[in-house]
Amino acid sequence: MTGFARNRDVFAGLLIALIGAGAIAEGWQLGIGGLSNMGSGFFPVMLGAALVLLGGAMAVIHAPAPAGHHATSPDWRGAAAIALAVVLFVLLADNVGLLPAIFACVFVAALGTRVTTLKEALLLAAGVTIFGIGLFSYVLKVPFPILRGVLN
Amino acid sequence: MPSGLVGLLHGFSVALEWHNLMWCFVGVLVGNLVGVLPGMGVLSSISILLPLTFAMQPVSALLMLAGIYYGAQYGGAICSILLNLPCHPPHAVTCLDGYPMTKSGRGGVALGITMLAAIIGAAFGIVQMIFLAPYIASIAFKFGPQEICSLMLLGLLAGSTLAKGSALKGVAMTILGILLSLVGTDVNTGNDRFTFGIIELSDGLELVTVSLGLFGIAEFLKSVNAVAPTGKRAVRLGFRDLRPQRADVRAAMPAILRGTVLGSLCSLIPGTGPTIASFIAYATEKKLSKTPERFGHGVIEGVAAPEASTHSAVQGDFIPTMSLGIPGDAVMALLLGALMIHGIQPGPRLIIEQPDIFWGLIASFWIGNIMLVVLNVPMIGLWVRLLSVPYRFLYPAALFFVCIGVFAARNEMFDVGATLLFGGFGYLLLQLGFEPAPILLGFVLGPRLEENFRRALLLSRGSLETFIDRPISAFFVAACVLLLVAQAVAAWRRMKPPIRVPEAAFD
Repeated sequence: MTGFARNRDVFAGLLIALIGAGAIAEGWQLGIGGLSNMGSGFFPVMLGAALVLLGGAMAVIHAPAPAGHHATSPDWRGAAAIALAVVLFVLLADNVGLLPAIFACVFVAALGTRVTTLKEALLLAAGVTIFGIGLFSYVLKVPFPILRGVLN
Repeated sequence: MPSGLVGLLHGFSVALEWHNLMWCFVGVLVGNLVGVLPGMGVLSSISILLPLTFAMQPVSALLMLAGIYYGAQYGGAICSILLNLPCHPPHAVTCLDGYPMTKSGRGGVALGITMLAAIIGAAFGIVQMIFLAPYIASIAFKFGPQEICSLMLLGLLAGSTLAKGSALKGVAMTILGILLSLVGTDVNTGNDRFTFGIIELSDGLELVTVSLGLFGIAEFLKSVNAVAPTGKRAVRLGFRDLRPQRADVRAAMPAILRGTVLGSLCSLIPGTGPTIASFIAYATEKKLSKTPERFGHGVIEGVAAPEASTHSAVQGDFIPTMSLGIPGDAVMALLLGALMIHGIQPGPRLIIEQPDIFWGLIASFWIGNIMLVVLNVPMIGLWVRLLSVPYRFLYPAALFFVCIGVFAARNEMFDVGATLLFGGFGYLLLQLGFEPAPILLGFVLGPRLEENFRRALLLSRGSLETFIDRPISAFFVAACVLLLVAQAVAAWRRMKPPIRVPEAAFD
């Protein structure tokens, strides 16, 4: 069992406590006011305090992760492909149009696995693009340019 | 309420006119087909399909919208159960056991039971709304902000301890969800909270952004190169095995009935009722079960109860939307908008001035549900067969649908990027042993909880005693305390014997 799996709850507790501390800090700045005239920060500070307590308790009580839990190290190739696919979708859809956005998104995401070949990825991307454009632009008429300036 | 019965009969006569019936069917069909696309939640589906109804007669348009609503809802359930992609908070609960069922090749059974649970829950919810609405209204009048607040607290506590893993983690997830719901402009003071200077965040986070990130993208990140492909075994099974067997129905029935009753109780809180209902129904089933450790590993009760309770509670949303003109959530607000486009003013006078619309709509809830069954029973096998597409081809397409689904919810590209961030965060949470479903519970309930908390303390001039001074509120607070004590005792008992982890045996 790796150190991560053994101390999983400690990390979990720290993360939660950290988020709680952030909420308290932000809430404090907004002003908490009093019970009868609450400021915008009152509720966040209250929740943040609860998170700090819960996180602390989690880290103290920590039980080792169950044996069935696979603390796999992330698959960097897959993660990078998925992240890039979404980023490309956002950039291309905003600047160029729906058609290149769909194609790039599906193509890049498909290359995230080690099994899919370049040809398969191209075919899949082309297929989903045709389906997606047909469905969203022609059937459902989502108001979004297919290719900015060419096919609006 | 004989007048209710007369009205209902009138409603059926309207809804059963052949052209209305046809539009309702078209709505169910289209809603179902769009809703089943990964990433297309009820909200995205309705907002995309809404323009289709603009040119129609008001009555037909509304019946079609009701059809779309049910179709999209069930389509969402299909995609939640088969791909673990919930766009709708109650579906996140359905996923807890629905997706494990799919993994062990019983996805078709889960889909069938979902349908059965939905129709029973909805049928009861409709009857209850027609005949008990006046009584419910009189109870609801007794609910001030104190009662709503303590009832929500109870719902949050009960709901957050449902999943696998420790109760501490569940409660932490719920609170995290409430924090996420506070992002944006504070309605009381106009201050921006947790927006980090980003303009797009001042309207708050969109529900689909959070749910498709935490579940959808996180799931892609987890299984992109995982070896075991989902549902491979389901494909090799014969057509008959995909349907629920008598034993499944027998196991699910008590859960469906309990879920239905719980759902109708939760419909007291309009707007957030269905979400609370689904979480509480699941937690209740787990508590009542003789084998609670099997929950989260694919038990049929874990699918049946939340689905029944959601559909029974959701009627509590439709009626105030129509009769008071107050939408409970974004979907209801869209339907309200559709009514207004057709020149119908929702409100107390709607029932008198437009009986065709009001009763026709109520009748079409039933008809929509029946259409759904007619349409989907032959199609369960087809849906499950979708899984025979290898995951490596399925997830890139699903990723695109998630992107466009999130975008369509409010035409905002920023949300798509935010979804990716939530995906990474959701992956981290999964690795740390958190179950993200309660985040959605907190996210949906957060704004109303804060609003009522602030109002209650404003009314009591800052005295916290107000929550125990009023009998109904005191009852809920007592139930909260009882729940916490029971949890603590159970946790203490578990600590005493050498720690044995029941989850391991089922993995």
